[in-house]
Amino acid sequence: MSKKLRIATTSLAGCFGCHMSILDIDERLFPLLDLVEFDRSPITDIKHCGPCDIGIVEGGICNAENVHVLREFRKNCKVLIAIGACAINGGLPAQRNHLDLSACLTEVYLTEPGLVHGHIPNDPELPLPLDKVHPLHEVVKVDYFIPGCPPSGDAIWKFLTDLISGKTPELGHGLIHYD
Amino acid sequence: MTDTFQLDGATVPFEPGQTVMQAALAADHYIPHLCYHPEFKPHGSCKLCTVKVNGRTMASCTMPAEAGLEVESEIEEINALRRTLVKMLFAEGNHFCPSCEKSGNCMLQALGYDLEVHTAGFRHQYPDRPLDASHPDILLDFNRCILCELCVRASSEVDGKNVFALAGRGDTKHLIVNAESGQLKDSNIALTDKAMQVCPVGVILKKRVGFSQPIGERRYDESPISAQALLDAPRPSDAAGDCAACEDAP
Repeated sequence: MSKKLRIATTSLAGCFGCHMSILDIDERLFPLLDLVEFDRSPITDIKHCGPCDIGIVEGGICNAENVHVLREFRKNCKVLIAIGACAINGGLPAQRNHLDLSACLTEVYLTEPGLVHGHIPNDPELPLPLDKVHPLHEVVKVDYFIPGCPPSGDAIWKFLTDLISGKTPELGHGLIHYD
Repeated sequence: MTDTFQLDGATVPFEPGQTVMQAALAADHYIPHLCYHPEFKPHGSCKLCTVKVNGRTMASCTMPAEAGLEVESEIEEINALRRTLVKMLFAEGNHFCPSCEKSGNCMLQALGYDLEVHTAGFRHQYPDRPLDASHPDILLDFNRCILCELCVRASSEVDGKNVFALAGRGDTKHLIVNAESGQLKDSNIALTDKAMQVCPVGVILKKRVGFSQPIGERRYDESPISAQALLDAPRPSDAAGDCAACEDAP
């Protein structure tokens, strides 16, 4: 039997909904595990990505750490897949893009009722937010996109099995969704 | 004998005065389109209906049918062009489908699905376009406007009101409301207007009914837009405005 494909996954400015959808492959995870093994992923808790065949990234880019993780994935993965609305077009976090970042932080942490003694978080361990939220393809080259918020387990299964069997992945009516 | 032209190798009959689009739809051949609507004068602006006519690219909604034309539509070269147009429309506005109540009934989204568009690809512009929620019964969400002028045409040609217009040029072009204040509440729009039914995306929305039809049971959940457009065609355009392509009158 040929060597198993190595897959890494991560969630950046996302909600882990796409990862929940990956789990929605359900019992097909078993045949999938005959073909692939997982590197860095919330499933394995491996913290850094080694050389991989496929990288799957959920969420957009909203802070400096997201940029570092995404570049680590691009450097190590032969094929990089953006999964979900946030990775593809910024999604929900990008709804702040027409607002001024400091105005956002001020309203959330200082002027909103209930935060009288609040302050804008400034712990040095916190990654700095970017001025705007970006889709992945604005930062690195992305090879494939699986749209959906989140894409269904069936869509992810179809996409990955197409890709692994060497076909151009296609979703088609019923599986392709932007919502 | 009726004159005919060739569309992707099929023979399509036409009546004098019909466009390539009208003849194709009537003969059960789908050509993707967005700003075309059977009840209004062709606009020819979205270019989704671009086909190759005798080797030249033309908008099929404005191209008069002529005997002997060789029309190519379902070819990769043209579909690649259509995909690029859809991607540019997505990148230009704020099309955030997960929060849009038009999702599933949206022509732009359905065209993206049908053309297997997985990403806009371009740099998203994230324009700042405030809503107009001034009217008690109608919401305008300009974030999704694709400048097709269907509401402009419906309001002017059918309703006789001129509630909407496009202002500005180039990338500053935008939809405006014909009222001193610029707000919809100060216009003479009514829920029964044709302009309320024709928006192909989620700009003109009737308030408080957004999710009365559940996600998953909507127009393009049933069948893709390519099949849906043919179910509707030839679409009646009688005086009562009984058009299968339009949303139900309230």
